[in-house]
Amino acid sequence: MNKQSLFHIAKRGTLPWYISAAIRGCAILFALIVCALVTMFMTGENPISIYGTIFHGAFGTVRKTWVTFQNLAVLLGISLAVTPAFKMRFWNIGAEGQVLIGCLATAACMICLGDKLPNGLLILIMIVAAIAAGALWGFLPAFFKARWNTNETLFTLMMNYIATQLAAYYIIVWEVPKGAGKIGIINQNTNAGWLPQIAGKQYLLTILVVAVMTVLTYIYLKYSKHGYEIAVVGESQRTASYAGIKVERVIIRTMVLSGAMCGLMGLLLTAGTDHTLTTTIVGGRGFTAVMVSWMAKFNPIMMIFTSLLLVVLSRGASEISSVFGLNHSFADILTGIILFFIIGSEFFINYKVSLRKAGKKEA
Amino acid sequence: MKKLVAVILTLVLALSVAACAAPATEEPATTEGTEAPATTEGTEAPAEGTEAPAIKVGFIMLHDENSTYDLNFINAAKEACATLGIPESNYVIKTNVPEGQECYNTAAELADAGCNIIFADSFGHEDYMIQAAKEFPDVQFCHATGTKAHTEGLANYHNAFAAIYEGRFLAGIAAGMKLNAMIEAGEFKAEEAKIGYVGAFTYAEVISGYTSFFLGARSVCPTATMEVTFTGSWYDETAEKEGAQKLIQNGCKLISQHADSMGAPTACETAGVPDVSYNGSTQDACPNTYIISSRIDWAPYYEYAITACMNGEAIDADWTGTLATGSVKLTDLNTNVAAPGTQEAIDAAIAKLENGELKVFDTATFTVEGKTLDSCMADVDTDADYTPDTEVIENGAFMESKFRSAPYFQLNIDGITLLDQKF
Repeated sequence: MNKQSLFHIAKRGTLPWYISAAIRGCAILFALIVCALVTMFMTGENPISIYGTIFHGAFGTVRKTWVTFQNLAVLLGISLAVTPAFKMRFWNIGAEGQVLIGCLATAACMICLGDKLPNGLLILIMIVAAIAAGALWGFLPAFFKARWNTNETLFTLMMNYIATQLAAYYIIVWEVPKGAGKIGIINQNTNAGWLPQIAGKQYLLTILVVAVMTVLTYIYLKYSKHGYEIAVVGESQRTASYAGIKVERVIIRTMVLSGAMCGLMGLLLTAGTDHTLTTTIVGGRGFTAVMVSWMAKFNPIMMIFTSLLLVVLSRGASEISSVFGLNHSFADILTGIILFFIIGSEFFINYKVSLRKAGKKEA
Repeated sequence: MKKLVAVILTLVLALSVAACAAPATEEPATTEGTEAPATTEGTEAPAEGTEAPAIKVGFIMLHDENSTYDLNFINAAKEACATLGIPESNYVIKTNVPEGQECYNTAAELADAGCNIIFADSFGHEDYMIQAAKEFPDVQFCHATGTKAHTEGLANYHNAFAAIYEGRFLAGIAAGMKLNAMIEAGEFKAEEAKIGYVGAFTYAEVISGYTSFFLGARSVCPTATMEVTFTGSWYDETAEKEGAQKLIQNGCKLISQHADSMGAPTACETAGVPDVSYNGSTQDACPNTYIISSRIDWAPYYEYAITACMNGEAIDADWTGTLATGSVKLTDLNTNVAAPGTQEAIDAAIAKLENGELKVFDTATFTVEGKTLDSCMADVDTDADYTPDTEVIENGAFMESKFRSAPYFQLNIDGITLLDQKF
């Protein structure tokens, strides 16, 4: 009798959308309330003004809004890239390295071919190089997985370190001035290999490319034969084999696609906005993308909102640290609380929790 | 029944969401509306009245106050603004700005917010500051530790550094006297007087730093030698600690460092090996081994540049702080550890440095591959091929920080052994 726990947890069937939406809404609400309490207790600042500052940090001026959307585009693009693999239940945590190797390939073309080729041809080579480099970084773990069933989580993780060390090595080869350990802006005076600006807006190209990627990924996953195969392999590899799907081929093809998309994001980062190569240029977004993709349930359209949430929080965070003189860690605490509630709410959507009734004890 | 209860509960929850969400979303909007003009009024009001100077200053920092390097800049920024009477509402300190596009974005946002002059503190910020300077010709951009202002030809982009090699040299004197005291006490023989140095990169700033430190030490302890190890990072506590431990195991009797964490000082405190610190005193954490520290005080530069900007005067493209400007500082001599008479020896050397009798990189005091130098071409105008372009030896001395503020001394002098050069 004593062994029975107070709560009874049972798996739920699929909830109607409005109930799951309500649960998620409550989670965000609770998260904001807890953040408000933590803010008040720890700093004495008014929580409303903290939220106001977050909003101002993300959308306060035209420039801030552009930067927010650029950040959104990068995070969303990487999230889209990891999604096909995740939908296939292939735990690819190597997006960080796949993007970085794309950055490295782009930077290599810009530095080595910068003043030797016409700009159009150079950019074409850069596109090919970045996509090929990313695709290779996706292909290797997939090939080993398909052939010898190696653990893809470890494999993709290790590929990140290889990419980081390669980047570190070439940064020292190309550093300016000698010994500085920095490349700086590549071709700052000639702009060779810089992706063109659309309508004089620095970040518009990246945003447009990612917008197109979002739509294409949505169509690919939802309506194409490939997308269907990915879903079946994700549900059950045996079912897929039985249905005549070549599982190994799907795994390799999907990971090459994921890697290629990451490589493209590397191109956009290095040739489109930052114009440099550092080991931290991806800045952990390869890992954040995993969360964005999962929180959106692998739905590319939903990912716009989950990545927007994270980007606004992080942009707001740096505003908070300068306006209130709070440490940057404080913003991380807020982000952590909000994510905890959002991810936690999935538990209540998938499971039903009920108190054990006294009468049932006898049964 | 259960379903009904569930539906009612969710309805209640949904309504509470709606009820609470409405004010929650509205209120930031209203504070946006009321606060935004309030702060701009706040910044303009003192500008219209004559008490506070009509200037707004932006500071960009790579990390926050947890890094000794950035803390040194943050303290100087606050001190300079306090000295010039600039109220807190008229200056903004942006911390944790990485050395990438974010630096340009932050600089542009500060310019948008009405800053007249913007400072950045880290070497890797330089290109992004130049990018911003080209876009905002009416705003002054000042970059510490950079190398490109004197060749970039932009009227509103400036570099600054300090003749910190003089500070290192003086700290080296304290180190050399400590070595002498230990030799006299019979702790080791004169020819075993080896110094260990933990550096970040094989970059001119580091090379200039450890060479001047070594020359300072050897000027009082002629048998001194030095070993240098590099960590490949400006801030890596573990690597710096391990580097110091390796040097101590190699038989180094005294340690100094050019990297920004507490790694080397704490390793010395644990091992009981005397340490000459950098960026500021580490006496609180290492009372039994800390001797002295040299650092750059950025407040004089901030005050100079902000004052020039307020008066509409031109700021030097390349500004070098010295002992005389108060930019090169020695911090807190720890008399419990330092040899007796250290302060007097340092004061005497300062007087000689200031009247020109003593030169840190006097070519008579060092050799390269056994030869005394009478000519040396350095890469002063930064380019991707490191082309040597300027003769830097004049009147028997290597003229550091004369042709540009950032160091360019890159010679490997005899007596110093580099253990690894991979960075």
